[in-house]
Amino acid sequence: MSSTTGDLAPGHEHDHHASYLTATKGVASWLFTLDHKRIGVMYLVAILTFFLIGGLAALGVRAELFTPEPDLFTGSQYNRWFTVHGAVMVFLVLVPSIPASLGNFFLPLMLGQKDVAFPRLNLLSFHIYILGALFLIYTLISGGVETGWTFYTPYSSTTDSSVISALMGAFTLGFSSILTGINFIVTIHKMRAPGMTWRKMPLFLWGTYATSLIQVLATPVIAVTLFLLMFERTFHIGIFDPALGGDPVLFQHFFWFYSHPVVYVMILPAFGVISETVSIHSRKHIFGYMAIAASSVAIAFIGFLVWGHHMFVSGQSELSGTIFSLITFGVAVPTAIKVFSWVGTMYGGAIRLNSVMLYTLAFLFIFTIGGLTGLFLAVLAVDVHMHDTYFVVAHFHYVMMGGTLMGFIAGIHHWWPKMTGKMYNEKLAKFGCLVVFTGFNLTFFTQFVMGARGMPRRYHEYLPEFQLWHQLSTIGAFTLAAGLFITLGYLLLSLKNGEKASKNPWGAKSLEWETESPPIEHNFVGQVVCDHGPYDFDEIDYSRG
Amino acid sequence: MLSHNENEAEAAGGHEHPAWQAHHFYSGAQQKASVKLGMWAFLVQEVLFFSGLFMAYFAFRYLYPDTWLAAHELLDWRLGGLNTVVLLFSSLTMALAVRACQLDDMKAVVRYLWITIGCAGIFMVVKYFEYSHKFHAGTLPGKWYTFDGIEGGAPEVFFAVYFMMTGVHGLHVVIGIGIMLWMIFGPIRKGKISKDYYPLVENVGLYWHLVDLIWIFLFPLLYLVR
Repeated sequence: MSSTTGDLAPGHEHDHHASYLTATKGVASWLFTLDHKRIGVMYLVAILTFFLIGGLAALGVRAELFTPEPDLFTGSQYNRWFTVHGAVMVFLVLVPSIPASLGNFFLPLMLGQKDVAFPRLNLLSFHIYILGALFLIYTLISGGVETGWTFYTPYSSTTDSSVISALMGAFTLGFSSILTGINFIVTIHKMRAPGMTWRKMPLFLWGTYATSLIQVLATPVIAVTLFLLMFERTFHIGIFDPALGGDPVLFQHFFWFYSHPVVYVMILPAFGVISETVSIHSRKHIFGYMAIAASSVAIAFIGFLVWGHHMFVSGQSELSGTIFSLITFGVAVPTAIKVFSWVGTMYGGAIRLNSVMLYTLAFLFIFTIGGLTGLFLAVLAVDVHMHDTYFVVAHFHYVMMGGTLMGFIAGIHHWWPKMTGKMYNEKLAKFGCLVVFTGFNLTFFTQFVMGARGMPRRYHEYLPEFQLWHQLSTIGAFTLAAGLFITLGYLLLSLKNGEKASKNPWGAKSLEWETESPPIEHNFVGQVVCDHGPYDFDEIDYSRG
Repeated sequence: MLSHNENEAEAAGGHEHPAWQAHHFYSGAQQKASVKLGMWAFLVQEVLFFSGLFMAYFAFRYLYPDTWLAAHELLDWRLGGLNTVVLLFSSLTMALAVRACQLDDMKAVVRYLWITIGCAGIFMVVKYFEYSHKFHAGTLPGKWYTFDGIEGGAPEVFFAVYFMMTGVHGLHVVIGIGIMLWMIFGPIRKGKISKDYYPLVENVGLYWHLVDLIWIFLFPLLYLVR
């Protein structure tokens, strides 16, 4: 080595074994880092910030709905509020949520690697995410959009609000998502520690892998759709606008060809998180490893064939409606296999009823309701009645918020000691989980009831007979918000005065727990070899069985 | 950057690896395989990006078959055919550039890349003449359509599809030119490409072949409607 290297050696040697948080200093060392862990943390902070913005918009919407009359907003203002809520939550929170934050942080660690395959691409995806977020923030400042997050034509190609910047935002964010997907696919295929076969991969990685496939295969379709819509709006070229010979239903086909698979981009990583937490906190080998792994990929595949179930009343043929309905039922099969496997994992396990497990149980309870009500909506005749009612709103909040975000929060609690090196206050965590769970169900279960009774979505005034349900729902929303603020509070407090976390506080077996908490800059000292499965726990008390 | 890599090698137990190998890979072979798989994944998303345009084409052709037949007469199949030949030839020179890498003949690599860039330039010039002709004739998308002489509904939709498909493809050609120029003045000039490590050239080649391939589908669909 050169003499320069020799001069640097002592300081450099020190950096090598320092925690990734302190290895280098300064804002630039974060913003331009190639370290997947720092990129993961920056994603986490950004996503949670936008979660706050999207959540405040939701509270605005719920506050308006406290009484049947318009109190706070005009119809047009109300439209803008729920569009902010929907667009921010979908594009800035749910799609990147688990893969971009926890996935970025833990994928290389779980594989026993120093980094993802393309660290620079990884940083680029974060910068593109921020750029996309700036477009959406500009949209907000310049007055917002009235179209809803779905941008349905012809309203989106004719209405005069900041549609173009919103479209630019969603379009840009898509590329961030695609780059993350490519990076993860290559990393999982080509960079597993010696001894780590596909069957020895933690299930979180299977979930992330299935997600990445969808990100790469579906996102470009929404990209070209939004691209066409931008041209349509700017130059009036007539692809989707019927006044110019275009076809608005074509837009819906394109839109849902992406936007249905993307709900699996949101939920599959949460499935992955739950597969980890349910096994580790039951201290028992996961039940049906291959069934869970394969069902993730199966869901990703079937997810591409069901987009028409969003369009049962859009004038598609009865035949295609029937086919889409049938395939939609098919999604329930691999999903149920997962739920049964998780319950089977807990059976006879040594369950640790900590906050991670509480969030896992909350996930199982809420997601099962969300999944089953999805089957109601897959029935053609029922959907005609339920379409565009609060029943649909409640359904997708039970899967998106109750599924993805409960899984996300479970994952944050599970991996918090590893990411920060600190333990949080477990008592407050349990209390927070209880408040979140109560608030969530109060907010959205009431919406099932009023939806089934005919309350349509996206209206800022309503008939007085729905008032009780709306008020319960609004109280629930503020309870939920309180629970989330409690959670944020003790997590932030733990950074300051939390107990120091050990290497492996949960007694887990996967590789990320074999390095320090927080991990050193290059993850591991020397080369990691994988000589056991991720769920090979040795202290199982079979006598309880 | 280089000294950083050397530090890594030292920290990892002093084992030597070539300068082009990034520290987080076990071996050069693993890095090459990863870089190529990444490119293939990227090409998959490119195909799906274009799939939206192709689906729009088929949806509207199904809705307006007579318009499609009448409107395609306004495209000059000779110019389209010329561009097809030019692009096919450029794919050959691109493949020869990759072969020159394998033979470690960097001068030939640069020469073949310049020929490929030249072909791409010819393609864009021909496209320019085609486009300007349409701007004169008024065979334009949507509300800009002023041409009078096609029977049947919605000829402006044909031209919306035509301009979006060829426009997005043309954008890819221009990006390809940019990437090839960057290859010549960046990695090749800096000596980062050699017989031992040339996945970057291969990836540019893969991209260029895809751009060519998409045109192979666009040409008959737009110019040779029956």
